[in-house]
Amino acid sequence: MALSFMEGNEAVARGAIKAGCTFFAGYPITPATTVFANMLKMLPPKGGICIQGEDEIASMGYCIGASMAGKKVLTATSGPGISLYSEQISFAVGSEIPMVIVDVQRLGPSTGSATRGADSDIQFLRWGNTGGVPVIVLAPRDVKDCYSLTVHAFNFAEKYRCPVFIASNKEIGMTKESIDLDLVELPDLVERKLFKSCGNKTSSSENPVTSSVNQDNEDKNNCANDKFIPFKAEPGGVPDFLPIGGKTLVRQTSSTHGPDGYITIDPDTIAAAQDRLRDKILNAEEDLTIYDEHEREDADTLVISYGVTSRAAEDACSMLEKKGKSVSTLSLQTLWPVPEKLIRTKAEKYSRIVVLEMNLGQYIDNIERILLDKKIQFYGQMNGVLITPGKIMEVIEDEKCTQYPCRNRGGN
Amino acid sequence: MNSFLNTARPPVFCPGCTHERITKSLDSALVSLGIPAEKTVIVTDIGCSGLFDTFFNVHALHGLHGRALTYASGLKLADPELNVIVTMGDGGLGIGGAHVLSSCRKNLDITLLVLNNFNFGMTGGQYSVTTPQDAVVGSEFLNQAEIPIDICEIAKSAGATWVSRCSGHDASLTEQICNAITHKGFALVETLGMCTGRYTKRNRLTPKAIDEMIENLPAEGGIVEKNQRPEYGEQYRKLAAEKTKFPEALKVEKNFDMENPQRQEIVILGSAGMRIVTAGDIVCHAGMAAGFNASMKNDYNITVLRGQSVSELILSPEKIGYAGLESPSIVLALSDEGVDRRKKMFAKLGPDTFLLKEKSVAIPETRASVFEVDFREMKIKKPDWALAALGVIASKNIGITLEMLTYALKAIFKPVVYESAMETIKKAIEI
Repeated sequence: MALSFMEGNEAVARGAIKAGCTFFAGYPITPATTVFANMLKMLPPKGGICIQGEDEIASMGYCIGASMAGKKVLTATSGPGISLYSEQISFAVGSEIPMVIVDVQRLGPSTGSATRGADSDIQFLRWGNTGGVPVIVLAPRDVKDCYSLTVHAFNFAEKYRCPVFIASNKEIGMTKESIDLDLVELPDLVERKLFKSCGNKTSSSENPVTSSVNQDNEDKNNCANDKFIPFKAEPGGVPDFLPIGGKTLVRQTSSTHGPDGYITIDPDTIAAAQDRLRDKILNAEEDLTIYDEHEREDADTLVISYGVTSRAAEDACSMLEKKGKSVSTLSLQTLWPVPEKLIRTKAEKYSRIVVLEMNLGQYIDNIERILLDKKIQFYGQMNGVLITPGKIMEVIEDEKCTQYPCRNRGGN
Repeated sequence: MNSFLNTARPPVFCPGCTHERITKSLDSALVSLGIPAEKTVIVTDIGCSGLFDTFFNVHALHGLHGRALTYASGLKLADPELNVIVTMGDGGLGIGGAHVLSSCRKNLDITLLVLNNFNFGMTGGQYSVTTPQDAVVGSEFLNQAEIPIDICEIAKSAGATWVSRCSGHDASLTEQICNAITHKGFALVETLGMCTGRYTKRNRLTPKAIDEMIENLPAEGGIVEKNQRPEYGEQYRKLAAEKTKFPEALKVEKNFDMENPQRQEIVILGSAGMRIVTAGDIVCHAGMAAGFNASMKNDYNITVLRGQSVSELILSPEKIGYAGLESPSIVLALSDEGVDRRKKMFAKLGPDTFLLKEKSVAIPETRASVFEVDFREMKIKKPDWALAALGVIASKNIGITLEMLTYALKAIFKPVVYESAMETIKKAIEI
């Protein structure tokens, strides 16, 4: 066993390299800067490109361009940067441009506090695109998650052709921890599915995207008889990709487009495209669900949390266990799309749910709408510091809701 | 190839619009250069200039207002073989000004065609950054209160290596576009033209008037001598190629067995310049060498040379969860600023907490076991106090041992720094 000592932001960078990321563009912002700093050390020796944009909008534009040329791209920022990313996020979402966006969250609103943590942007990430298209958001708890979830994020971005967000937090990104990287379980890499025409194999074999051996085999039985149509896909499906600069001409546009990549005003074509953008994410809920749990026998309470708060929740429940009280935990690493089936199934046997958030309640509504018949208690904190295990124990022990209110119908 | 024009998507401009002539000139330029369609991309902005990508049989990317150059830059960096051509109006110049300046400074091999028609055609003829003060436009009097910019002069002062300007009706436009595309570096071609749908309805502007306008503007001759330098992509790749060593994560093997490893929570309270974070790193490294898990949470000001510097450390034989500290087992109080930052903590400490306090530091009332040291008396300089304090606790086998500390210092520091660190520690423990 050999331990390394690194902060979450470095682990994100190492995860990105592991996932085959070859392009980074970003703009310095605390507490996300060290993702950029690490990529700047790691990419050049690997032949990759790392650029400082003239601002956040430009950084996202560089990423969009590079992704359309077939690169796996990463960018990192914090809340004020996500605000500026927003118009480009809409472009990447609506025009199916894969990339991974790390939001090392800090205390908002606005400039807020550069060096104070909070899960400020959980709703902002979900609804930060014009059109309200569903997105994928993963929330790490620690350095290990920063490493492995970044690999998952790249896989999801490539598979579903969309931006994938990592909702990190100052308290993870800038906290150093010992970690044995070799022991972290990582998923197999997924590559962007390239369009292959049965008649013309060269169309995609000479482009800069490297495809795995597996995929080559698979594609032999999976080629198209017709010509490349950039946004053609089954309902709920993901269009095959070809890069700008390859032998087949590619059209990309931020405007409302049909499968051919040209502007359209035909209501049926528009509706089909909108439905597909929604369905390709929502229908993949199970594939996208990543979580952790600690089920304790005889527990009647389940604590649901995400991000860095999950660590304090687990500590609190361990301490309660020593005091003879059994409480289970569920930690969500996938926040969006909401893992509805998971939440419903895992909560089934508990009469009481406690939800914890390092904000004033950005996710609780989702738990409430899924668990209508449960007694749900909520504690949220937005003061620049971590929720302590002591505070969580207090909330859990307040079964009569005297201090921490019951939120919904089930609690009456 | 005779033409790159997409016959299925003919231009759709208003009758008399200069954009249509520019479309044809761009096509003639592409034909005469004989560049391959599959290695060419047209990136377009928003507005009427944003329609260009649909008219050509080359790769196409149409994005957001003012941002065309950002996509173009990403494409060019990712695929240096691409011929990247950007079309943008005077609207894009304004909203995307930062990207124009950056492109001039960077000098990536991209060609920017600025289609200046003095107003926002698509939204109703509002004034742009190039609208003359005396023009009558769709923004009431607002243009009268500002002055227009000369993008060519701006581009030159921002470092553009190729700048030219001509009328969209000029017979030499094709040649100018050819030269701009052939130029290795960022090339900006400003074309002046008529927006017949909006601008010329209320302003007298003819091809002849445009020619006169150009005569009264500074002459722009293509190559900007004073700005000549290597293309950005080449320069970037050259510099990046010198960086050959991938920074592998430093690995710490377990070297020591502790008889009864106990969880330690350590707080170092100091100020900027006292190497508090380095001390924290050393403790964690020492702990990891003894098989502990470690975590470190720091608190310091954005102005890194002033104010408090606090490092919170956990060494634990178990997995570390919550990384904050509520009741530390070891506190090193090394500056008033640091103490002040955690002043609420002192009342909560019990006699089990070992509190090392430098003589000059004042601390609030506490029940912790206080151990005072006088580093000044020992002639140890302030930037070394944190390291000296580690020496003191290690010599007492509190949290870490001297063996662990020495091992960590050796692993982290270069030999010279290691020697001087050991000197400091010797001074500190010869009490």
